[in-house]
Amino acid sequence: MVPITHYLILSGILFAIGTAGVFLRRNVITLLLSVEVMLNAVNLSFVAFGRQFGTVDGQIITFFVMTVAAAEAAVGLAIVIALFRHRESLSPEAFTNLKW
Amino acid sequence: MAFDLIAFYVFAAITVLGALAVVGQRNPVYSVVAIVGSFCGLSGLYVLLEAPFVAVVQIIIYAGAILVLFLFTVMLLNATREDGAEWDRSHPYYRPGPTRIGGVLAVVLLGQLLWAMTHIADTGGIGEQQPAASSVRLLGRVLFTDYMFAFEVTSILIIAAMVGAVVLAGRKGN
Repeated sequence: MVPITHYLILSGILFAIGTAGVFLRRNVITLLLSVEVMLNAVNLSFVAFGRQFGTVDGQIITFFVMTVAAAEAAVGLAIVIALFRHRESLSPEAFTNLKW
Repeated sequence: MAFDLIAFYVFAAITVLGALAVVGQRNPVYSVVAIVGSFCGLSGLYVLLEAPFVAVVQIIIYAGAILVLFLFTVMLLNATREDGAEWDRSHPYYRPGPTRIGGVLAVVLLGQLLWAMTHIADTGGIGEQQPAASSVRLLGRVLFTDYMFAFEVTSILIIAAMVGAVVLAGRKGN
């Protein structure tokens, strides 16, 4: 059998990759995709812990995370489209009007 | 080597390589396609964890709905490759201050993770102590009784997101 530590280490690796993507990429859409990778890493550890303790709570929290991810993607992409109309650019460097 | 261990490593490799392809190259269309592969590997891991409903939902909702939305946006905005020269010139990665602070934080985090990994107790294979709770019937019962309030709040969240997306992305005037 696979020990739970394998799943947790995999979850940590995925979360680190998602974080690296947020810092490395210069494209707002790819930043949102990296956030999705991080959310899925957390989902994996929820389901692994739920399996370890023999309950369905981990899977149910996963559904809520997926719902929030869907809402986040819809609103986030709508904001990206609205920003693109103003600036004709997808680089986060272009959206620094509030920066002092 | 046991079958499930081999399956775990295959699915984990698909997931990690897909995630690396998402963040490791500059074309957003390739990123979206790579993340679909990554989520399919993750779905296989959910099957190994005896959570078949989550695995199916992962494919249908994530790969089928959310990533299609991403792909539509990438193509609608005609998002091109990131400019490599511009990346080299302007990225904060090349400034000395953030690089030093980030490096120190990464080393601290890595140390903590290694410490946690070496001090974890050996619990054997996953789910050997408890039987799996994987039936959709049980899932539905718990979702509509114990998590009733969270479920109803979720519907409000979805309506708010839907209205917000229409207001933000809709064109003014027509």
